[in-house]
Amino acid sequence: MKKSFNYLFVLAIGTLIMLPHSSNAQKPLTVVWAEWAPADYLDELSKDFTAETGIEVKVVQIPWGSFQEKISAAFVGKSNLYDIVIGDSQWLGRNSVGGHYIELTEWMEENIDVSSISDTAMTAFAEYPKGSKEYWALPAEVDINGFMYRKDLFEDANEQAAFKAKYGYELAPPKSYKELRDIAEFFTRGPDLYGIAAYFSKEYDSITMGFQQVMWSYGGSYGDPQTYKVDGYINNEDSVKALEYYAQLIKFAPPDAPNYYWQQVLDAYKAGKVAMAMEYFAFFAGAIDPEQNPKYYDKTGFFIAPKGPKGHYISIGGQGMSISSYSENIPVAKQYMKWFIQKDVQKKWALLGGFTPHTEVLQSETFLNATPFNRAFSESMPYLKDFWAVPEYADLLEVCQTNWNAVMVGAKLPKAALDQIARKHEQIFEEAGYYDQ
Amino acid sequence: MQKIRFARGLSDYQIKMAFIMPTLILLILMNIFPLLWSLYLSFHRYKASIPNRLPKFIGVRNYAQLLSDPEIWEYFQTTAYFVVLAVAAQFIIGFGLALLLNRNFRYKGFVTTLILLPMMLSPVVVGLFWRFILASDASGLVNYFLIPLLNALNRDSIPWTTSPSMAMIAVVIVDTWMWSPFMMLISLAGLSAVPKYLYEAADVDRASGWFKFRRITLPLVSPLLLIALLFRTMDAFKMFDIVYVLTHEGGPGTATETVAMNLYRLAFRSYNTGKACAMAYILLIVIVALSNIYVKYLNRLREA
Repeated sequence: MKKSFNYLFVLAIGTLIMLPHSSNAQKPLTVVWAEWAPADYLDELSKDFTAETGIEVKVVQIPWGSFQEKISAAFVGKSNLYDIVIGDSQWLGRNSVGGHYIELTEWMEENIDVSSISDTAMTAFAEYPKGSKEYWALPAEVDINGFMYRKDLFEDANEQAAFKAKYGYELAPPKSYKELRDIAEFFTRGPDLYGIAAYFSKEYDSITMGFQQVMWSYGGSYGDPQTYKVDGYINNEDSVKALEYYAQLIKFAPPDAPNYYWQQVLDAYKAGKVAMAMEYFAFFAGAIDPEQNPKYYDKTGFFIAPKGPKGHYISIGGQGMSISSYSENIPVAKQYMKWFIQKDVQKKWALLGGFTPHTEVLQSETFLNATPFNRAFSESMPYLKDFWAVPEYADLLEVCQTNWNAVMVGAKLPKAALDQIARKHEQIFEEAGYYDQ
Repeated sequence: MQKIRFARGLSDYQIKMAFIMPTLILLILMNIFPLLWSLYLSFHRYKASIPNRLPKFIGVRNYAQLLSDPEIWEYFQTTAYFVVLAVAAQFIIGFGLALLLNRNFRYKGFVTTLILLPMMLSPVVVGLFWRFILASDASGLVNYFLIPLLNALNRDSIPWTTSPSMAMIAVVIVDTWMWSPFMMLISLAGLSAVPKYLYEAADVDRASGWFKFRRITLPLVSPLLLIALLFRTMDAFKMFDIVYVLTHEGGPGTATETVAMNLYRLAFRSYNTGKACAMAYILLIVIVALSNIYVKYLNRLREA
């Protein structure tokens, strides 16, 4: 009796273990992204995909601070945890060369109308090497660095008169970096109000995203993308002037500004500490939400990043959808991506709050009027530029972050910091064999 | 019956090995193999993030590059500065607290437990709440209370974590808050082990308090104090978590960039695996050398 009970018990356990394997149920599709509002929108949007196909979509969100590390660790461990990775544009080089993303060139030619997607988005989020027409991702969320400002301060008659008396022109959202500096200086009345909050922190890509657009607009650059020569580009006179300018801006920011990235900037703005704030468009929704920003939600305006003396460039944020090489759900991942980029789905994506890469949707009145900041977003599109997307991007980024942050806190002079970056970047390129050819 | 035969068939040596092997295998897999593998990688150019590029032997180039990089020496200096300041402060405060607690008073157990609480917390949690306490503007608790005084002196709020000169002090304060109790605990153990009759004999000879401290307390407690110092020095040399959280990854600039913080960057940000392994070995050699100095001194004390 006892023996037969034991056999039955073993049989039951065995059946339980075997059940999931013998079942024909479709494995859910796992999409991983950073923890932010657009990931919530995608979660909402994906319900339509589930309704159409019966395939469950899990949107896993990882806090920004550990996003890159967790994805990299999963790739190094060849984990099949994620099917689709919505990763930063700079990751393309490392993850394509490293074999972590599957190549999508042929599949996209056959299944996606690439001409319907913004060229800027395709180059930034999908293509590696740049100009090669080899695709590793489908643009998902186009994000851009923009600015928000306190309309109540800018539209106050006394403030306007005082500003004109001091600077000789009307107080209005700045069109140039000179105007941005003047306005930041004008509103700096610590300890309760400062002129500007911008990215100055050493964390991840913070100060690089904030400063690089100034550097480009002043005429500087990271280097020659053909020869990978850096000396004479990143440390030229224009770059030095740009860095001197950016170091001036921090004087018009709150005392804790050396630690500011998008979260701290948003917090400072919502607390009423600053008159203007640099921020990614994807986070602007939080500034006009009465629950998140009860004091200034209806007093907030938006403007595009100003132009510099030698051009107009803006840092691109945002991410593309790539398929993990270790996924066991590749056909479904492709099915999802094909569904996602359809015009109707993109319309809904834009209405939910996502920044679509679909050109037609992007230019539609529905999109432009969907939020108070979509028009500024659309205006910014022609000026977008990105950091190096080579496999060594993380090494290059670390050097920039450390040195530029050191300048912000007065630990290094701009020229010395830029010379150091040039030396280190060339060392990184040399070690990686870029100068061998 | 079979079991008895099996047991009888094993020699003493085989039984010993049977007990030791599981631990030995685990040790080899978890410690020895990674140690040797990282040593192998330290002589190669290799990025774990690009696994399809096989490790390329480059001799001692990783070590040479690291040791000839002025920035690495700067990080070593920063680390040494932190170790000296933090361990000295923890030693003084911890030993002082132990002297105060080494007597009988009401609620002694409760007070001791309260003092020990900080070292039981996770360093990340400690870093996070100190980040709020030491915020550089008026939202920081310390600055909030200091505002009336700072205003009277016509001074701005103290930039605890945003000024290169203050950031290291902030890290030392937090580490000292967290680890002085450890120093106190070891010192207290040493103090309570000092035989009472030695003090009684000194009292009979009318010895002064200072004399008793210098000639009885200190010599008898010093071996334990040295062990506590050894542990804290080794641990402080590997400072990472508090710096990562409190000063936003070793900022501002490189003001609190310790060797361990930079090692993390090399290993998990840049995935420069070969160089990170070389850096880890350099750090290991430094810690072993420092420990040896302590151990030699400890042995000399014991012999004396």
